[in-house]
Amino acid sequence: MVLLSDVANSNAGGAIGAGLAAMGAGIGVGQIGKGAVEAIARQPEALNDIRANMILTAALVEGAALFAIIVGLLAVL
Amino acid sequence: MASRLLKLFTVAAFSVFSILYFTPVSAQPHEPQQSSAQEPGKKKAFDAQEIIFGHVLDGHDFHFFDITHDDGTKTPVGIPLPVILYSPQRGLNVFMSSKFHHGEHKHAGYRLLNAEYLEKLKEKGIDLKKEGLSAGKIIAVDENDNWDKAVKFYDISLTRNVVQMILALALLVWIMLSIAKRYKQGYGVKSAPTGMQNLLEPVITFVRDEVAKPNLGAKWEKYLPYLLTLFFFILINNIIGLIPGTANVTGNIAFTFVLGIISFIVILGSSKKHYWGHIFNPPGMPVWVKFILVPVEFVSVFVKPMALIIRLFANMVAGHIIIICLISLIFIFSAMSKGVGIASSPLAVAFTIFIYFIEILVAFLQAYIFAMLTAVFIGQAYEGEHHHEEAHAAH
Repeated sequence: MVLLSDVANSNAGGAIGAGLAAMGAGIGVGQIGKGAVEAIARQPEALNDIRANMILTAALVEGAALFAIIVGLLAVL
Repeated sequence: MASRLLKLFTVAAFSVFSILYFTPVSAQPHEPQQSSAQEPGKKKAFDAQEIIFGHVLDGHDFHFFDITHDDGTKTPVGIPLPVILYSPQRGLNVFMSSKFHHGEHKHAGYRLLNAEYLEKLKEKGIDLKKEGLSAGKIIAVDENDNWDKAVKFYDISLTRNVVQMILALALLVWIMLSIAKRYKQGYGVKSAPTGMQNLLEPVITFVRDEVAKPNLGAKWEKYLPYLLTLFFFILINNIIGLIPGTANVTGNIAFTFVLGIISFIVILGSSKKHYWGHIFNPPGMPVWVKFILVPVEFVSVFVKPMALIIRLFANMVAGHIIIICLISLIFIFSAMSKGVGIASSPLAVAFTIFIYFIEILVAFLQAYIFAMLTAVFIGQAYEGEHHHEEAHAAH
Protein backbone atom coordinates (compact mmCIF):
# COMPACT_ATOMS: atom_id res chain seq x y z
CA MET A 1 0.00 0.00 0.00
CA VAL A 2 2.89 2.35 0.72
CA LEU A 3 4.19 1.68 -2.76
CA LEU A 4 0.80 2.27 -4.36
CA SER A 5 0.21 5.56 -2.61
CA ASP A 6 3.54 6.92 -3.80
CA VAL A 7 2.80 9.71 -6.27
CA ALA A 8 5.69 9.09 -8.65
CA ASN A 9 4.94 5.39 -8.84
CA SER A 10 1.26 5.93 -9.48
CA ASN A 11 2.10 8.47 -12.20
CA ALA A 12 4.43 5.99 -13.85
CA GLY A 13 1.80 3.28 -13.54
CA GLY A 14 -0.83 5.48 -15.14
CA ALA A 15 1.49 6.36 -17.99
CA ILE A 16 2.51 2.75 -18.59
CA GLY A 17 -1.11 1.63 -18.43
CA ALA A 18 -2.19 4.28 -20.96
CA GLY A 19 0.68 3.25 -23.24
CA LEU A 20 -0.25 -0.43 -23.06
CA ALA A 21 -3.89 0.42 -23.73
CA ALA A 22 -2.88 2.47 -26.77
CA MET A 23 -0.76 -0.43 -28.05
CA GLY A 24 -3.58 -2.92 -27.64
CA ALA A 25 -6.08 -0.61 -29.29
CA GLY A 26 -3.65 0.07 -32.12
CA ILE A 27 -3.25 -3.63 -32.82
CA GLY A 28 -7.01 -4.16 -32.60
CA VAL A 29 -7.97 -1.27 -34.86
CA GLY A 30 -5.21 -2.27 -37.28
CA GLN A 31 -6.65 -5.76 -37.53
CA ILE A 32 -10.11 -4.33 -38.14
CA GLY A 33 -8.79 -2.03 -40.86
CA LYS A 34 -6.88 -4.89 -42.47
CA GLY A 35 -9.94 -7.09 -42.46
CA ALA A 36 -12.17 -4.35 -43.81
CA VAL A 37 -9.80 -3.38 -46.62
CA GLU A 38 -9.39 -7.02 -47.65
CA ALA A 39 -13.12 -7.53 -47.59
CA ILE A 40 -13.70 -4.40 -49.69
CA ALA A 41 -11.06 -5.57 -52.16
CA ARG A 42 -12.93 -8.84 -52.56
CA GLN A 43 -16.40 -7.39 -52.59
CA PRO A 44 -16.42 -3.71 -53.51
CA GLU A 45 -20.20 -3.75 -53.81
CA ALA A 46 -20.53 -4.48 -50.08
CA LEU A 47 -18.64 -1.29 -49.20
CA ASN A 48 -21.41 0.33 -47.16
CA ASP A 49 -22.15 -2.70 -45.00
CA ILE A 50 -18.47 -3.31 -44.38
CA ARG A 51 -17.82 0.29 -43.49
CA ALA A 52 -20.69 0.44 -40.99
CA ASN A 53 -19.51 -2.75 -39.31
CA MET A 54 -15.90 -1.58 -39.35
CA ILE A 55 -16.73 1.68 -37.60
CA LEU A 56 -18.89 -0.11 -35.05
CA THR A 57 -16.21 -2.68 -34.21
CA ALA A 58 -13.49 -0.05 -34.11
CA ALA A 59 -15.63 1.93 -31.67
CA LEU A 60 -15.98 -1.12 -29.43
CA VAL A 61 -12.21 -1.70 -29.43
CA GLU A 62 -11.57 1.96 -28.83
CA GLY A 63 -14.06 1.91 -25.97
CA ALA A 64 -12.05 -0.81 -24.22
CA ALA A 65 -8.86 1.20 -24.71
CA LEU A 66 -10.50 4.34 -23.39
CA PHE A 67 -11.59 2.53 -20.24
CA ALA A 68 -7.92 1.78 -19.63
CA ILE A 69 -6.93 5.36 -20.37
CA ILE A 70 -9.49 6.70 -17.90
CA VAL A 71 -8.18 4.32 -15.25
CA GLY A 72 -4.65 5.50 -16.11
CA LEU A 73 -5.76 9.10 -15.78
CA LEU A 74 -7.31 8.35 -12.38
CA ALA A 75 -4.01 6.82 -11.26
CA VAL A 76 -2.16 9.98 -12.27
CA LEU A 77 -4.59 12.45 -10.73
CA MET B 1 4.82 20.15 -57.08
CA ALA B 2 2.83 20.55 -53.88
CA SER B 3 4.31 17.42 -52.33
CA ARG B 4 7.80 18.65 -53.25
CA LEU B 5 7.14 21.97 -51.54
CA LEU B 6 5.79 20.18 -48.51
CA LYS B 7 8.88 18.01 -48.34
CA LEU B 8 11.15 21.03 -48.57
CA PHE B 9 9.18 22.79 -45.88
CA THR B 10 9.36 19.77 -43.59
CA VAL B 11 13.11 19.49 -44.04
CA ALA B 12 13.55 23.21 -43.39
CA ALA B 13 11.36 23.16 -40.31
CA PHE B 14 13.15 20.13 -38.93
CA SER B 15 16.58 21.66 -39.55
CA VAL B 16 15.63 24.93 -37.86
CA PHE B 17 14.19 22.95 -34.97
CA SER B 18 17.31 20.84 -34.49
CA ILE B 19 19.70 23.79 -34.80
CA LEU B 20 17.80 25.84 -32.29
CA TYR B 21 17.41 22.85 -30.01
CA PHE B 22 21.11 22.22 -29.77
CA THR B 23 22.49 25.77 -29.67
CA PRO B 24 21.13 26.65 -26.23
CA VAL B 25 23.42 24.01 -24.73
CA SER B 26 26.32 26.43 -24.96
CA ALA B 27 24.20 29.32 -23.81
CA GLN B 28 22.92 27.40 -20.81
CA PRO B 29 25.29 28.77 -18.14
CA HIS B 30 23.90 32.29 -18.59
CA GLU B 31 20.32 31.38 -17.91
CA PRO B 32 20.38 30.54 -14.21
CA GLN B 33 21.97 33.94 -13.46
CA GLN B 34 19.22 35.68 -15.38
CA SER B 35 16.47 33.87 -13.61
CA SER B 36 18.07 34.38 -10.20
CA ALA B 37 18.30 38.11 -10.95
CA GLN B 38 14.53 38.13 -11.35
CA GLU B 39 12.37 38.39 -8.29
CA PRO B 40 11.64 34.90 -7.00
CA GLY B 41 8.06 33.83 -7.47
CA LYS B 42 7.19 36.77 -9.68
CA LYS B 43 6.96 34.77 -12.87
CA LYS B 44 5.40 31.40 -12.23
CA ALA B 45 6.58 28.47 -14.32
CA PHE B 46 4.15 27.25 -16.96
CA ASP B 47 1.99 24.53 -15.42
CA ALA B 48 0.61 22.43 -18.27
CA GLN B 49 -1.54 20.29 -15.99
CA GLU B 50 -3.31 23.29 -14.48
CA ILE B 51 -3.99 24.76 -17.93
CA ILE B 52 -5.26 21.47 -19.34
CA PHE B 53 -7.66 20.71 -16.53
CA GLY B 54 -8.73 24.33 -16.34
CA HIS B 55 -9.92 23.97 -19.91
CA VAL B 56 -11.38 20.49 -19.79
CA LEU B 57 -13.26 20.68 -16.49
CA ASP B 58 -16.37 22.63 -15.61
CA GLY B 59 -16.05 26.17 -14.28
CA HIS B 60 -17.91 29.23 -13.08
CA ASP B 61 -17.01 31.41 -16.07
CA PHE B 62 -16.10 31.28 -19.74
CA HIS B 63 -12.40 32.05 -19.63
CA PHE B 64 -10.75 33.14 -22.87
CA PHE B 65 -7.28 34.52 -22.10
CA ASP B 66 -5.26 36.60 -19.63
CA ILE B 67 -3.81 40.04 -20.32
CA THR B 68 -0.42 40.24 -18.61
CA HIS B 69 0.51 43.79 -17.55
CA ASP B 70 4.03 45.20 -17.31
CA ASP B 71 4.19 44.65 -13.55
CA GLY B 72 3.39 40.96 -13.94
CA THR B 73 -0.24 41.08 -12.79
CA LYS B 74 -2.82 39.37 -14.95
CA THR B 75 -6.31 40.45 -15.97
CA PRO B 76 -8.41 37.47 -17.07
CA VAL B 77 -10.78 38.06 -19.95
CA GLY B 78 -13.99 36.05 -19.99
CA ILE B 79 -17.73 35.96 -19.39
CA PRO B 80 -18.78 35.59 -15.74
CA LEU B 81 -21.70 33.30 -15.00
CA PRO B 82 -24.27 33.34 -12.20
CA VAL B 83 -23.44 31.52 -8.99
CA ILE B 84 -26.41 30.13 -7.07
CA LEU B 85 -25.72 28.79 -3.61
CA TYR B 86 -28.25 27.53 -1.10
CA SER B 87 -27.27 26.96 2.48
CA PRO B 88 -29.70 25.97 5.25
CA GLN B 89 -27.79 28.27 7.65
CA ARG B 90 -27.20 31.24 5.37
CA GLY B 91 -30.09 31.04 2.92
CA LEU B 92 -30.03 31.60 -0.80
CA ASN B 93 -27.22 33.55 -2.43
CA VAL B 94 -27.27 34.57 -6.09
CA PHE B 95 -24.48 36.66 -7.60
CA MET B 96 -22.19 36.76 -10.61
CA SER B 97 -18.94 34.81 -10.47
CA SER B 98 -17.04 38.03 -11.30
CA LYS B 99 -17.59 39.03 -7.63
CA PHE B 100 -14.94 36.46 -6.71
CA HIS B 101 -12.35 38.17 -8.92
CA HIS B 102 -11.10 34.71 -9.92
CA GLY B 103 -10.59 33.59 -6.36
CA GLU B 104 -8.83 36.72 -5.11
CA HIS B 105 -11.78 38.01 -3.08
CA LYS B 106 -14.42 36.38 -0.96
CA HIS B 107 -18.04 37.30 -1.46
CA ALA B 108 -21.04 36.80 0.84
CA GLY B 109 -19.03 34.39 2.95
CA TYR B 110 -17.99 32.17 0.06
CA ARG B 111 -14.73 31.81 -1.77
CA LEU B 112 -13.71 30.36 -5.12
CA LEU B 113 -10.69 28.14 -4.65
CA ASN B 114 -7.63 29.12 -6.65
CA ALA B 115 -4.05 27.88 -6.60
CA GLU B 116 -2.90 30.40 -3.96
CA TYR B 117 -5.70 29.68 -1.52
CA LEU B 118 -5.21 25.93 -1.99
CA GLU B 119 -1.54 26.45 -1.11
CA LYS B 120 -2.65 28.26 2.07
CA LEU B 121 -4.96 25.39 3.00
CA LYS B 122 -2.17 22.93 2.40
CA GLU B 123 0.11 24.84 4.76
CA LYS B 124 -2.55 24.54 7.46
CA GLY B 125 -2.27 20.78 7.15
CA ILE B 126 -5.52 20.08 5.31
CA ASP B 127 -5.44 17.04 3.07
CA LEU B 128 -6.83 18.49 -0.19
CA LYS B 129 -7.43 15.15 -1.88
CA LYS B 130 -9.23 13.68 1.12
CA GLU B 131 -11.53 16.69 1.46
CA GLY B 132 -12.19 16.77 -2.29
CA LEU B 133 -10.95 20.34 -2.70
CA SER B 134 -9.60 21.53 -6.04
CA ALA B 135 -9.26 24.77 -7.97
CA GLY B 136 -12.59 26.13 -9.24
CA LYS B 137 -14.65 24.80 -6.33
CA ILE B 138 -16.56 27.09 -3.99
CA ILE B 139 -16.12 26.82 -0.22
CA ALA B 140 -17.72 28.64 2.69
CA VAL B 141 -15.39 30.90 4.69
CA ASP B 142 -15.77 32.84 7.97
CA GLU B 143 -14.85 36.52 8.66
CA ASN B 144 -11.13 35.77 8.93
CA ASP B 145 -11.11 34.08 5.52
CA ASN B 146 -10.67 30.61 7.05
CA TRP B 147 -12.46 27.58 5.68
CA ASP B 148 -15.71 27.12 7.60
CA LYS B 149 -16.43 23.44 7.42
CA ALA B 150 -19.56 23.68 9.56
CA VAL B 151 -21.52 25.56 6.87
CA LYS B 152 -23.23 23.10 4.58
CA PHE B 153 -24.38 24.42 1.25
CA TYR B 154 -25.54 23.25 -2.15
CA ASP B 155 -23.90 24.63 -5.27
CA ILE B 156 -26.59 24.81 -7.98
CA SER B 157 -24.80 27.43 -10.08
CA LEU B 158 -25.23 27.83 -13.80
CA THR B 159 -21.74 26.67 -14.68
CA ARG B 160 -20.37 27.01 -18.19
CA ASN B 161 -21.36 23.45 -19.07
CA VAL B 162 -24.95 24.10 -18.03
CA VAL B 163 -25.16 27.44 -19.84
CA GLN B 164 -23.65 26.02 -23.01
CA MET B 165 -25.90 22.98 -22.94
CA ILE B 166 -28.99 25.17 -22.61
CA LEU B 167 -27.78 27.36 -25.49
CA ALA B 168 -27.11 24.28 -27.63
CA LEU B 169 -30.54 22.95 -26.78
CA ALA B 170 -32.20 26.24 -27.73
CA LEU B 171 -30.27 26.31 -31.01
CA LEU B 172 -31.19 22.70 -31.78
CA VAL B 173 -34.89 23.24 -31.02
CA TRP B 174 -34.93 26.41 -33.12
CA ILE B 175 -33.26 24.69 -36.12
CA MET B 176 -35.46 21.62 -35.91
CA LEU B 177 -38.72 23.50 -35.43
CA SER B 178 -37.97 25.84 -38.32
CA ILE B 179 -37.25 22.84 -40.55
CA ALA B 180 -40.38 21.04 -39.41
CA LYS B 181 -42.39 24.16 -40.26
CA ARG B 182 -40.95 24.14 -43.78
CA TYR B 183 -42.00 20.52 -44.27
CA LYS B 184 -45.48 21.33 -43.00
CA GLN B 185 -45.70 24.12 -45.55
CA GLY B 186 -44.95 21.57 -48.25
CA TYR B 187 -41.32 22.39 -49.07
CA GLY B 188 -39.35 19.18 -49.45
CA VAL B 189 -42.52 17.13 -49.71
CA LYS B 190 -44.05 18.36 -52.97
CA SER B 191 -41.01 20.33 -54.13
CA ALA B 192 -37.25 20.20 -53.58
CA PRO B 193 -36.08 20.99 -50.02
CA THR B 194 -34.74 24.50 -49.45
CA GLY B 195 -32.16 26.15 -47.20
CA MET B 196 -31.38 24.37 -43.95
CA GLN B 197 -33.45 21.36 -45.07
CA ASN B 198 -30.73 20.52 -47.60
CA LEU B 199 -28.18 20.36 -44.79
CA LEU B 200 -30.14 18.15 -42.44
CA GLU B 201 -32.33 15.94 -44.61
CA PRO B 202 -29.43 13.67 -45.69
CA VAL B 203 -28.38 13.31 -42.05
CA ILE B 204 -31.90 12.46 -40.93
CA THR B 205 -32.33 9.90 -43.72
CA PHE B 206 -28.89 8.50 -42.85
CA VAL B 207 -29.93 7.92 -39.25
CA ARG B 208 -33.20 6.40 -40.45
CA ASP B 209 -31.69 4.09 -43.08
CA GLU B 210 -28.35 3.15 -41.49
CA VAL B 211 -29.14 3.25 -37.78
CA ALA B 212 -32.83 2.69 -37.15
CA LYS B 213 -34.04 0.38 -39.94
CA PRO B 214 -31.29 -2.31 -39.93
CA ASN B 215 -31.22 -2.63 -36.13
CA LEU B 216 -34.81 -2.16 -35.10
CA GLY B 217 -36.61 -4.09 -37.81
CA ALA B 218 -40.32 -3.45 -38.07
CA LYS B 219 -40.55 -1.15 -35.03
CA TRP B 220 -38.10 1.46 -36.30
CA GLU B 221 -40.68 4.22 -36.54
CA LYS B 222 -41.37 4.06 -32.82
CA TYR B 223 -37.74 4.63 -31.85
CA LEU B 224 -36.63 6.98 -34.64
CA PRO B 225 -37.52 10.22 -32.77
CA TYR B 226 -35.43 9.16 -29.77
CA LEU B 227 -32.47 8.14 -31.93
CA LEU B 228 -32.60 11.38 -33.92
CA THR B 229 -32.79 13.46 -30.75
CA LEU B 230 -29.84 11.57 -29.30
CA PHE B 231 -27.81 11.94 -32.48
CA PHE B 232 -28.39 15.64 -32.99
CA PHE B 233 -28.10 16.59 -29.34
CA ILE B 234 -24.72 14.87 -28.98
CA LEU B 235 -23.59 16.21 -32.34
CA ILE B 236 -24.45 19.84 -31.63
CA ASN B 237 -22.80 19.70 -28.20
CA ASN B 238 -19.70 18.05 -29.66
CA ILE B 239 -19.39 20.66 -32.38
CA ILE B 240 -20.03 23.68 -30.18
CA GLY B 241 -17.48 22.25 -27.74
CA LEU B 242 -14.85 22.36 -30.47
CA ILE B 243 -15.10 26.14 -30.87
CA PRO B 244 -12.17 27.64 -28.95
CA GLY B 245 -13.23 29.25 -25.69
CA THR B 246 -16.34 27.15 -25.16
CA ALA B 247 -16.96 24.50 -22.53
CA ASN B 248 -16.42 20.78 -23.00
CA VAL B 249 -20.01 19.64 -22.42
CA THR B 250 -19.87 16.14 -23.89
CA GLY B 251 -16.57 15.57 -22.10
CA ASN B 252 -18.37 15.80 -18.79
CA ILE B 253 -19.20 12.51 -17.14
CA ALA B 254 -22.46 13.85 -15.65
CA PHE B 255 -23.77 14.81 -19.09
CA THR B 256 -22.94 11.46 -20.71
CA PHE B 257 -24.16 9.64 -17.61
CA VAL B 258 -27.63 11.13 -17.94
CA LEU B 259 -27.74 10.28 -21.65
CA GLY B 260 -26.63 6.73 -20.86
CA ILE B 261 -29.25 6.34 -18.13
CA ILE B 262 -32.00 7.51 -20.50
CA SER B 263 -30.80 4.96 -23.06
CA PHE B 264 -30.72 2.31 -20.34
CA ILE B 265 -34.34 3.06 -19.42
CA VAL B 266 -35.37 2.90 -23.09
CA ILE B 267 -33.54 -0.41 -23.55
CA LEU B 268 -35.14 -1.95 -20.44
CA GLY B 269 -38.52 -0.49 -21.31
CA SER B 270 -38.50 -2.16 -24.72
CA SER B 271 -37.20 -5.53 -23.47
CA LYS B 272 -39.36 -8.61 -23.84
CA LYS B 273 -39.66 -11.82 -21.90
CA HIS B 274 -37.43 -13.52 -24.45
CA TYR B 275 -34.55 -11.14 -23.64
CA TRP B 276 -34.71 -11.84 -19.90
CA GLY B 277 -35.06 -15.52 -20.62
CA HIS B 278 -31.76 -15.46 -22.45
CA ILE B 279 -30.14 -13.74 -19.48
CA PHE B 280 -31.46 -15.78 -16.56
CA ASN B 281 -32.00 -19.10 -18.31
CA PRO B 282 -29.88 -19.39 -21.46
CA PRO B 283 -31.50 -22.12 -23.57
CA GLY B 284 -29.57 -25.19 -24.66
CA MET B 285 -26.84 -24.92 -22.04
CA PRO B 286 -25.63 -27.52 -19.55
CA VAL B 287 -26.42 -26.54 -15.95
CA TRP B 288 -22.80 -25.92 -14.93
CA VAL B 289 -22.31 -23.48 -17.82
CA LYS B 290 -25.37 -21.56 -16.67
CA PHE B 291 -23.66 -20.87 -13.34
CA ILE B 292 -20.94 -18.98 -15.22
CA LEU B 293 -23.08 -17.53 -17.98
CA VAL B 294 -25.95 -16.06 -15.97
CA PRO B 295 -23.81 -13.68 -13.85
CA VAL B 296 -21.87 -12.62 -16.95
CA GLU B 297 -25.07 -11.95 -18.89
CA PHE B 298 -26.58 -10.12 -15.94
CA VAL B 299 -23.54 -7.85 -15.59
CA SER B 300 -23.58 -7.19 -19.31
CA VAL B 301 -27.02 -5.59 -18.95
CA PHE B 302 -25.41 -2.81 -16.90
CA VAL B 303 -22.10 -2.76 -18.75
CA LYS B 304 -23.77 -1.86 -22.05
CA PRO B 305 -25.01 1.62 -21.01
CA MET B 306 -21.87 2.08 -18.91
CA ALA B 307 -19.76 1.53 -22.02
CA LEU B 308 -21.86 4.11 -23.89
CA ILE B 309 -21.28 6.63 -21.08
CA ILE B 310 -17.53 6.08 -20.81
CA ARG B 311 -16.97 5.94 -24.57
CA LEU B 312 -18.47 9.34 -25.33
CA PHE B 313 -16.91 10.93 -22.23
CA ALA B 314 -13.44 9.50 -22.80
CA ASN B 315 -13.38 10.27 -26.51
CA MET B 316 -14.28 13.91 -26.04
CA VAL B 317 -12.00 14.45 -23.04
CA ALA B 318 -9.10 12.73 -24.77
CA GLY B 319 -9.54 14.85 -27.90
CA HIS B 320 -9.64 18.11 -25.96
CA ILE B 321 -6.65 17.12 -23.83
CA ILE B 322 -4.60 16.24 -26.91
CA ILE B 323 -5.35 19.60 -28.54
CA ILE B 324 -4.42 21.56 -25.41
CA CYS B 325 -1.32 19.37 -24.86
CA LEU B 326 -0.06 20.17 -28.35
CA ILE B 327 -0.60 23.89 -27.78
CA SER B 328 1.04 23.60 -24.35
CA LEU B 329 4.12 22.07 -26.00
CA ILE B 330 4.92 25.51 -27.43
CA PHE B 331 5.03 27.01 -23.95
CA ILE B 332 6.92 24.07 -22.46
CA PHE B 333 9.56 24.44 -25.16
CA SER B 334 9.69 28.23 -24.82
CA ALA B 335 10.37 27.77 -21.12
CA MET B 336 13.52 25.87 -22.18
CA SER B 337 14.64 28.62 -24.52
CA LYS B 338 13.01 31.15 -26.79
CA GLY B 339 14.49 29.65 -29.98
CA VAL B 340 13.13 26.19 -29.36
CA GLY B 341 9.75 27.74 -28.64
CA ILE B 342 9.71 29.62 -31.93
CA ALA B 343 10.95 26.59 -33.86
CA SER B 344 8.46 24.19 -32.32
CA SER B 345 5.39 26.39 -32.67
CA PRO B 346 4.76 25.79 -36.42
CA LEU B 347 5.02 22.05 -35.83
CA ALA B 348 2.74 22.20 -32.80
CA VAL B 349 0.19 24.35 -34.63
CA ALA B 350 0.28 22.02 -37.66
CA PHE B 351 -0.33 19.01 -35.43
CA THR B 352 -3.10 20.86 -33.61
CA ILE B 353 -4.88 21.62 -36.87
CA PHE B 354 -4.51 17.97 -37.89
CA ILE B 355 -5.96 16.72 -34.60
CA TYR B 356 -8.66 19.39 -34.80
CA PHE B 357 -9.89 17.97 -38.09
CA ILE B 358 -9.82 14.47 -36.62
CA GLU B 359 -11.88 15.83 -33.73
CA ILE B 360 -14.50 17.13 -36.16
CA LEU B 361 -14.70 13.59 -37.56
CA VAL B 362 -14.88 12.18 -34.02
CA ALA B 363 -17.71 14.59 -33.17
CA PHE B 364 -19.82 13.05 -35.94
CA LEU B 365 -18.56 9.53 -35.28
CA GLN B 366 -19.37 9.55 -31.57
CA ALA B 367 -22.86 10.89 -32.16
CA TYR B 368 -23.36 8.14 -34.76
CA ILE B 369 -21.93 5.43 -32.51
CA PHE B 370 -24.01 6.46 -29.51
CA ALA B 371 -27.19 6.37 -31.59
CA MET B 372 -26.11 3.20 -33.40
CA LEU B 373 -25.28 1.22 -30.26
CA THR B 374 -28.45 2.38 -28.55
CA ALA B 375 -30.38 1.11 -31.58
CA VAL B 376 -28.47 -2.20 -31.50
CA PHE B 377 -29.19 -2.70 -27.80
CA ILE B 378 -32.86 -1.81 -28.19
CA GLY B 379 -33.03 -4.25 -31.09
CA GLN B 380 -31.45 -6.99 -28.98
CA ALA B 381 -33.82 -6.28 -26.12
CA TYR B 382 -37.05 -6.75 -28.03
CA GLU B 383 -36.27 -8.77 -31.14
CA GLY B 384 -34.99 -11.97 -29.61
CA GLU B 385 -34.68 -15.09 -31.71
CA HIS B 386 -36.27 -13.66 -34.87
CA HIS B 387 -33.88 -10.73 -34.96
CA HIS B 388 -31.76 -11.93 -37.84
CA GLU B 389 -34.59 -12.97 -40.09
CA GLU B 390 -36.43 -9.70 -39.56
CA ALA B 391 -33.29 -7.64 -40.04
CA HIS B 392 -32.67 -9.33 -43.36
CA ALA B 393 -36.27 -8.95 -44.38
CA ALA B 394 -36.04 -5.23 -43.69
CA HIS B 395 -33.22 -4.75 -46.19
